[in-house]
Amino acid sequence: MSGKGLADKVRETQVWKSIFRHGPPTNARNRAAVIAGNVFLHLHPIKLKKSGVQLGYTWCMGGLTFFIFLALTVTGLLLMFYYRPTAEYAFNDIIALREHVPLGIMREIHRWGAHAMVITVWLHMFRVFMTGSYKPPREFNWGIGVVLLILTLLLSFTGYLLPWDQLAIWAITVGSNMAKATPFMGHGGPGAMLAQIGDFVMVSDKNDVRFQLLGGRFVGEPALLRFYILHCVFIPLVVGVLIAVHFWRVRKDGGISAPL
Amino acid sequence: MSEETKQSLNRREFFSYITVGWVAFTAGVGGLLSLAFRYTYPNVNFDPEMDFTAGLPADYASGVDERWKNQYGVWMVKQEGKLVALSNICTHLGCIPTWLPGELKFKCPCHGSGYYMSGINFEGPAPRPLERYKIGLMPDGKIKIDKTKVFRWEKGEWENPDSFLNV
Repeated sequence: MSGKGLADKVRETQVWKSIFRHGPPTNARNRAAVIAGNVFLHLHPIKLKKSGVQLGYTWCMGGLTFFIFLALTVTGLLLMFYYRPTAEYAFNDIIALREHVPLGIMREIHRWGAHAMVITVWLHMFRVFMTGSYKPPREFNWGIGVVLLILTLLLSFTGYLLPWDQLAIWAITVGSNMAKATPFMGHGGPGAMLAQIGDFVMVSDKNDVRFQLLGGRFVGEPALLRFYILHCVFIPLVVGVLIAVHFWRVRKDGGISAPL
Repeated sequence: MSEETKQSLNRREFFSYITVGWVAFTAGVGGLLSLAFRYTYPNVNFDPEMDFTAGLPADYASGVDERWKNQYGVWMVKQEGKLVALSNICTHLGCIPTWLPGELKFKCPCHGSGYYMSGINFEGPAPRPLERYKIGLMPDGKIKIDKTKVFRWEKGEWENPDSFLNV
């Protein structure tokens, strides 16, 4: 038994070996196996260039964005235990999250994290642009990144309504009026006039994209429920899938880019 | 050729079956997606009615009357022998302005657009005057307001006899 520590004994147990198929990461082959054999880490490149991961080059903005996304997922999930998306309860529940719940800064963390994520996404994009990391073979991943940027802004927008105060309602009124001006699909946009046969209006405030977004002609309770579902379930699911694709393509497109 | 090989598919038949299969699959998925799209438009919603009866013309004094503002989003404005139903939606970005009797103007709290009592914009970012709704008299002499029809000043529609009542 001499020479073998507790750690070595644990590594020899069947439980340990059933979880980790590879040996200890003490050589290049095992270190590669650590990455390739883990469902989460395998999205990540097996090897990185030392010059590519310098803080001065990447600013770690992509990684920070992902970290904040995880933090927002956890805090948001905790907030969902107390928040009810109805006109009667929503605002009171937001107050209660501060007054009636331990760790009353949970909503503040979520809110500040949301601001931080928008900022880090922009900075990440700026860094990728300035280092030319959008160029072939990474142009597809730039496209994925643009979609993720838009989804981040939509998460921010849909979350804005949930406090259900005056600021939220009027901000979403103003914001959703942009949907009203969508060409052909919004009743106030260019092309809506063309889709009119006599007195019959094909694109009206009862069937355009703004109605679909709000579930009504103005920001009311159906809008609150729709924004809640979009904010808590639909958009995060799409973002989660696209983040996986984004990381996988970093690996497949030759790893993280590096200074020339 | 034996009986057995005749019954099995040849290469050409196989591909035509595959094509039919894919067309059916695509049509099925497309049908389900369009159903899902239609699902997002409810058959019934509980928005306020778009038309309403607003009493008799004699009920309104000269100036701005706010009795229908909260329920229907309409100001009744009586001025210079005309009664109009003015929309309370700001033409800038859709907030609800406030009537300031002391200053005789509608003032939007969101970005500061201001409108005269007539609905004509004079300050702030509003690009055009407030809209008028269709107003008319029913056979019993009561006022009927129809919000599905709007009249815009910048299109010259305020000359339309449906956009005001002579009182």
